[in-house]
Amino acid sequence: MQVKTNILSLPTQEFVHPGTRACTGCGLSIAYRVGLKALGKDTILIVPPSCLTVLQGLFPVASTKLPCLNVTFASTAAAATGVLATLKTQGNDHTIVAAWGGDGGTSDIGLQALSGAAERGDNFIYFCYDNEGYMNTGVQRSGTTPIGAITANTPFKGKQQQKKDVPAIMAAHKLSYVAACSAAYPLDLYDKIKNCMNLPGTKYFHIHIPCPPGWGYDPRYGIKIGRLAVETGYYDLYEIINGEFRLTAASEKLLEKRKLVPVREYFRSQSRFKILSDFQIDEIQKQIDAKWEGYYKKGE
Amino acid sequence: MHIIENGNTAAALGVKLCRAKVIAAYPITPQTPLTERLSEYVESGEMKAEYIPVESEHSALAVCIAASSAGARVFTATSANGLLYMHEQVQWASGARLPIVMCVVNRAVGAPWNVWNDQQDSISQRDTGWIQLYCADHQQIIDTVIKAYWLAEKVSIPIMVCYDGYILSHTYMPFDLPDQKKVDEFLPPFKPDYALNPDEPANLNTVTLPDVRLDVQGELAHGYMEIRYLLQEDLRTTLKDAAEAETRFARIFGRSEDPYLEPYRCDDADYVAVGMGSITYQMRVCIDVLRKEGIKIGIMGVRFYRPFPDEAIANALKRKKGIIVVEKALSYGYEGTLASDLKSALYEYLAGTGTLPSVQNFIAGIGGREIHTNDLTQILRAASQGRVSKEPTWIGLKL
Repeated sequence: MQVKTNILSLPTQEFVHPGTRACTGCGLSIAYRVGLKALGKDTILIVPPSCLTVLQGLFPVASTKLPCLNVTFASTAAAATGVLATLKTQGNDHTIVAAWGGDGGTSDIGLQALSGAAERGDNFIYFCYDNEGYMNTGVQRSGTTPIGAITANTPFKGKQQQKKDVPAIMAAHKLSYVAACSAAYPLDLYDKIKNCMNLPGTKYFHIHIPCPPGWGYDPRYGIKIGRLAVETGYYDLYEIINGEFRLTAASEKLLEKRKLVPVREYFRSQSRFKILSDFQIDEIQKQIDAKWEGYYKKGE
Repeated sequence: MHIIENGNTAAALGVKLCRAKVIAAYPITPQTPLTERLSEYVESGEMKAEYIPVESEHSALAVCIAASSAGARVFTATSANGLLYMHEQVQWASGARLPIVMCVVNRAVGAPWNVWNDQQDSISQRDTGWIQLYCADHQQIIDTVIKAYWLAEKVSIPIMVCYDGYILSHTYMPFDLPDQKKVDEFLPPFKPDYALNPDEPANLNTVTLPDVRLDVQGELAHGYMEIRYLLQEDLRTTLKDAAEAETRFARIFGRSEDPYLEPYRCDDADYVAVGMGSITYQMRVCIDVLRKEGIKIGIMGVRFYRPFPDEAIANALKRKKGIIVVEKALSYGYEGTLASDLKSALYEYLAGTGTLPSVQNFIAGIGGREIHTNDLTQILRAASQGRVSKEPTWIGLKL
């Protein structure tokens, strides 16, 4: 049995200074803060241009208390490989290398380098914080923007294509660990990071990140919306350890409850989905129901 | 010890002697034998290093950038489109002031596809803030790799060691293999001022504003412009450090060269041909023929291209009647870049002194087109008798 961390047992040591440059209500602030607590002090970070570059501040001020290498957009995972290679030559097998890229930097421009590093089996943790668009550059569509979402370059019709399933792509690399998490469930993220620490090779984390300016909602509702994505069965929390899939946290509870919140509630909570018709939402609801029927059957 | 090997192996042996710790490479002709040798040295245990077979050249330099930022001596090599694919990382490496050494085995760039030699690949990276060195034979390749590590680490600027694909990379020549002990004496282990380290956290290459800014202690920190100015300033003073590298090298290895230029029969010459790489040795044959005909001509090889040794070149070419620049690359839409750079240096130092020579530009060997020594001789003969053309003349063009 793994220990489940609660808010009281979460370490109090902080690695992100208060007062970052992130937007009010930014989901990444939560995931990053808790993620770094799990990674701990003996960590080197790799960050490509993204919202995190902004969060970390402008030279010569930094909001993160861990060493961080800022790298080019397409090179995140390769940079992790480079740091690891040096640590190896120094006989250092304890320092953790952790890359934090956005969804554009992961699912689009960084996918080749990530696939290369994963195939080589380089021992680092990759975090894709998925706010479902190029938010840092003003909310353009990315490979993980969901169907129907209005963005700055899908301005009237919304994105016409499905969200790219990056965790599935990474799982196809036969990684020792793949996890899907959400900023609305930070303790689940914390436990999963702790869970994967001693596994070999590349570990991949996908984190759903509510984004007030990109998704169109009042900043105070970020956690609520993140939770709705999970409670509606639209975004699932899970981990795949050496090929073994299991739902976690609130998604695991849904297995027992067998009752999903209608996805309409999730879509109607954000302005980016305003052009989705009731008919389209019903279609998406059918897909979610079918996916969950599969989960229920597997569980029996 | 003298050995007979190809140019790629000379480079690989140089990297091994320098004890590079992290090597990352992606295969591209004609660089492949160089990095294959290195993978053999590492896999056999002959060389204690990490060899990373990356999935692209962009990642090859990304690995080197990160590994160097973490404190390792690193190496990569590429050619042609591989170098072009790295371009973003090339700029990043110099901006981050990392002493990376990269061999560029010169090859033509596409389109259309062409795997043969010219120098358009490295010339197209001229303005990236790297030091660029050109080699003319195998001894220069291995010696330049060793000197490059010393110089790069002295000035915290990355270096491209360029040599012609096939003509040097795949041909066999005898050269002296430097002694490991002497290399260790010449090149101490790499100790960076800062390396990524959890005990001493720092945020590297973060967003930097157009203007200077106070840090948390209230001290003014550089803006982007200051950081970039210092790169330029340090590149200019690198010329002096290169001279020091040469002196050190001569003391330890007992061979020395002019750090920037390689003159041949220039002292009493009226005309001087100028070039970079293997073509400068080929042209020595032409010079000998023309000298017998009574034409006072010499050749000046440029080994140090960036930073440009403008003063040394202008002084060396003072009072010559004519300069004939023969190049394997050009700035499309104008002329050969070496010709342009040379004219600029001559103007700066000689304008108004009455010693300004005329400059003619020839383009040769593009995409591996064979450069016949007879054609070169004819061109040099014609050029030393008067101006052939204002526009660059393409040698051996069949149109």
